[in-house]
Amino acid sequence: MSPTNIFAPASTPADSVFGLSIFVILTCTAIFIAVGALLTYAVVKFRNRPGDDRTEPAQVYGSTQVELAWTVIPVLIVVALFLASARVIASVQDVPRPAGALEVVVTGHQYWWEYRYPKLNIVTANELHVPVSDPADPTPTFLTLLSADTDHSFWVPRLGGKTDLIPNHPNSMWIDPHETGLFLGQCAQYCGTQHAKMLLRVYVQTREEFDRWVQEQQRLPHDSTEGSAASAGQRVFESTACVNCHTVSGTPAKGLFGPDLTHLMSRDTIASGAAPNNHEKLRLWIKNPNAIKPGSKMPAMGLNDRDLDTLTAYLETLR
Amino acid sequence: MSTNTIALTDFPASRPFPLRLHEWVTTVDHKRLGLLYILFAMVFLVAGGIEATIMRLQLIRPQNNMVSPQVFNRMFTMHGTTMIFFVAMPLVFGFANYLVPLMIGARDMAFPRLNAFSFWMTALGGLFLYFSFLGGDGLYGAGSAPDVGWFAYAPLTSRTFSVGHSTDFWTLSLLVSGIGSVGTAINIITTILSMRCPGMTLGKMPLLVWLNLTMGGLVVMAVSPLTAAQLMLLVDRYLGGHFFDAQAGGSAVIWMHFFWVFGHPEVYVLAIPAFAIASEIIPVFSRKAIFGYPVMVLATIAIGFISMSVWAHHMFTVGMTSGANIFFVLSTMAIAVPTGIKIFNWLATMWGGKIRFAAPMLFCIAFLFQFLIAGLTGVTLAVAPFDWQLGNSYYVVAHFHYVIVGAILFAIFGGFYYWFPKVTGKMYSEVLAKLQFWLFFIGFHLTFDFMHIPGMLGMPRRIYTYEPGRGWDVWNVIVTLGVFFQAAGVLLLAGNLILSYFRGKAAGNDPWDAWTLEWSTSSPPPEYNYALIPSVRSRRPLWDLKHPEDPDWRYE
Repeated sequence: MSPTNIFAPASTPADSVFGLSIFVILTCTAIFIAVGALLTYAVVKFRNRPGDDRTEPAQVYGSTQVELAWTVIPVLIVVALFLASARVIASVQDVPRPAGALEVVVTGHQYWWEYRYPKLNIVTANELHVPVSDPADPTPTFLTLLSADTDHSFWVPRLGGKTDLIPNHPNSMWIDPHETGLFLGQCAQYCGTQHAKMLLRVYVQTREEFDRWVQEQQRLPHDSTEGSAASAGQRVFESTACVNCHTVSGTPAKGLFGPDLTHLMSRDTIASGAAPNNHEKLRLWIKNPNAIKPGSKMPAMGLNDRDLDTLTAYLETLR
Repeated sequence: MSTNTIALTDFPASRPFPLRLHEWVTTVDHKRLGLLYILFAMVFLVAGGIEATIMRLQLIRPQNNMVSPQVFNRMFTMHGTTMIFFVAMPLVFGFANYLVPLMIGARDMAFPRLNAFSFWMTALGGLFLYFSFLGGDGLYGAGSAPDVGWFAYAPLTSRTFSVGHSTDFWTLSLLVSGIGSVGTAINIITTILSMRCPGMTLGKMPLLVWLNLTMGGLVVMAVSPLTAAQLMLLVDRYLGGHFFDAQAGGSAVIWMHFFWVFGHPEVYVLAIPAFAIASEIIPVFSRKAIFGYPVMVLATIAIGFISMSVWAHHMFTVGMTSGANIFFVLSTMAIAVPTGIKIFNWLATMWGGKIRFAAPMLFCIAFLFQFLIAGLTGVTLAVAPFDWQLGNSYYVVAHFHYVIVGAILFAIFGGFYYWFPKVTGKMYSEVLAKLQFWLFFIGFHLTFDFMHIPGMLGMPRRIYTYEPGRGWDVWNVIVTLGVFFQAAGVLLLAGNLILSYFRGKAAGNDPWDAWTLEWSTSSPPPEYNYALIPSVRSRRPLWDLKHPEDPDWRYE
C-alpha cells in the first residue's frame, strides 16, 4: 500500500476530495463505457465487408433532434459535476478557524521546510508535528504558507490536497488528521535543482505525545561539558560559516538561511528527509552534502577529519 | 488541363544539389514551406524524443543515478519546450500551409513572403533553443540549457536563481518563434477569408479549413500574451524591471496568468487542427458526408471562445479565492460540451457507413477512443478539489500526453498517411503503416495508461528520482518500457515514408476516392496548384462530379 495514496484519506479536506473524486470517477467511467460501446459498435457493425458491391452508403447530413439530445445531456452532467465541485470547494476553502486550532507558519526554502509555531514559540524544520483531531472535539491545524525564495507546494496526499507556497503571496490550508502516525509527501511545485528531495514528513501524535514534544522543543539546550569532543565541536561550529545559516538557540549561532538545529537530534531525518539522521549520514552530510543531495544549498566546508568528528559529536548533543 | 500540368512541373530531375537546395531555402511556395515545417518538426521530434527517453531511463527505478538532477531538469525543460513549440506547432502549421490553399482552390497563401519569413523565424527560434546547450549557463551547477521547466515560473527565471544565459536562450527562442507563429496565423486567416475559389462561401468550406481558421484566430490571441510576457521577463532580467520580482512589489502569480492565458488556448491551437484532420479522414473512409457540418463549425468556434476563459484551471493550487476557483471549474467543464458534440458527430458520421480500415482511418479510430479518455480525465482535473490532489502529479502528465500524443499526434500520423500520396505522388506501404500503428498504439498505452497510477499514488512531476516504498516502482518500469515501442513506431513511420518516396507505386490523383478539391489536381500538385481556378457548388465538389445524379448541392 502506498503511503501517499490519495484514495486513503485521513483528514477532513482529503476526505471531502475523496468523496467527490469517487463521484467524478464513476460518472466519467459511465460516460466512457456508454460512448466507448457506441464507438466500438459503429466500428464493428459498419465495417466494409469483403464482397461489398462498392456502392456508396446512404448520405446523411445531420439531424437537429439528435444534435439537441447530445448537447442537452452533457450540459446536465456538467451542471451536476459543477454543483458537486462548488460545494466541496466552499467546504474546504471557506471554513472559519476554530478557537482551538493550532497555528503553524510553513516557509518553503530551496530545498527544505521551515515550521514556526508562533503561539508556542517553536521553530523546527522538515518534520511537522501536529496533534490528532477528534471529530467530536476537532483540533485542526491551520498552515500559513510562505516562501523564502521560489515557488513550492505543500502536498501530503493523505491529509489534503496541495497548496502552493509563493513568495509575497501568503496562502493557507488546514488539516485535521483523524489518526496518528507518520504521513509522507513532498514538494509538488518545481522549485529548482533538488526539488525531488524536498520531502515532507508529518507526525500526527496523540495530545499527550504532542504536548510532550512541545515541551522538549521549548527547552533550551544545555552547554556541552567543557573539554569533551562535543565542546570542541561547538567551537568548530561557532567559528566556521555554519553560524551564518543555522540557529542553535542560546548560542551565537543565529543564521536563518538553513534549518534551525536547536533540537536536531529530535528529528528522524536530515536533508529534508533525504537521509536518516544517524551518525554516518550526519557526518557525510557535513563533509559533502552533494553526496546525499546534489545541488543542495549547503556548502561543503572542507573540514578535516578531526573537526568533522567533533562537529558531528556536538550536533549529536542537540536534543 | 492535365497535359499542361505535367509539362509545367516536369523539370529535369538531374539539377545539381546546391541548385535544388537553393530553391528550397528561397521558396515562397506554400506547399514547400508546409513540407519544410513538417521536416523541421520531425527533426525536433527526434530531439524531444531522446530527451524523453533519458528521463524515462532515469526514472525506471527509485534512487537511480544515471543522470544528475541538473541534467534531468534540463531534459524536461527542453522536452516540453521542444515538443510544444518546435514539433506540435510546426506540424500544425505545416498541414495548414500545405492544405488550406489547395482545399479552397487558391494558388498560394495570401502573403507568400510573410509565409517564408514566418517559417524561418520558427526555425531560428528552434536553433536559439538548442544553441543554449553550448551558450547557456543555468541554475546552480547546471552548465547549460534552460532548466526552469517549460512554463518557467517566476521567480525561478530571475537572475537570482537563473544565472548565466540559459533562460535568455529560452526567452529569445519563444519570442522569435512567437513572431513566426503570429505571422503564419495572420496569413492563414487572410488566405481563408479572401482567397476562396468561386462558389466557396464560408458555409461550403471543408471542415479542415474552418478549423484552421479558428486555430489562426486562437494563435493571434494566445501567442501575443506569451510574447509580451517574454519581453517583460527580458526587462526584468536586464533592465531592472520588477514585473515578476516578488521582493520588489512584482508578482510571481502574474507570470502564471500570462503563461496560462497562452498555455491553455495553446492546447486547442494544437487540438483543433488535429480535429480538422480527423474531420477529413473519417468521412472519406466511412464513405459518408460529415454528420452535422454546421454544428461541427459552431462547436469549433465555441471551443475557441471558451478556451480563452479557462486558463486558471492550471492554477487551482496557487491560492485563488473560492469564487475564482468555482468560476474556472464551470468554464473548464463547459468546454466538455462542444468537444463532446464533436465526438458524437464523428461517431454519427461512421454510423451507417462502410468503414475502410486503411492506415489513416486506423489512426483516426484510435484518436477517437484516446481523445474520449483524454477528455474524461480532463473533466476529473476540472473538478478543482480533485485537482488539488492530482495537479502537478504524474496524473496530469499522463492526461496531457493523452491529449497531445493519443489524440493530436495520432490524428497527425493519420494525416501523414492520408496526404502522403498527394504530396509525393507515391503510395506508402500499407503493411508497414499498419505495423507502425500497432507498435505505436501498444507503446502509447503502456506508457500513458499506466502513468496515471503513480500520480494517484502521490508522485509529483519533475522529480529526477524518488524514494522506494511509495508504491511507484512497478508503474515506472512499465511506463519506461512503452518508450521503446513508441520509438520503434516513429522510426518505422520515417522509414516507410522515405522508402515509399523512392520506391512506392504511383498513387494517382485521387487514391482514396475522396471529395475535397486537393484530390482534383495532380499528385504532387504543380507549383500553381490549379491551371484553372476551380469553382464549387457544395462542400464536396468531387462528390458532385462523381455523382452527377445525386449531388450534394441539392441538400445543402
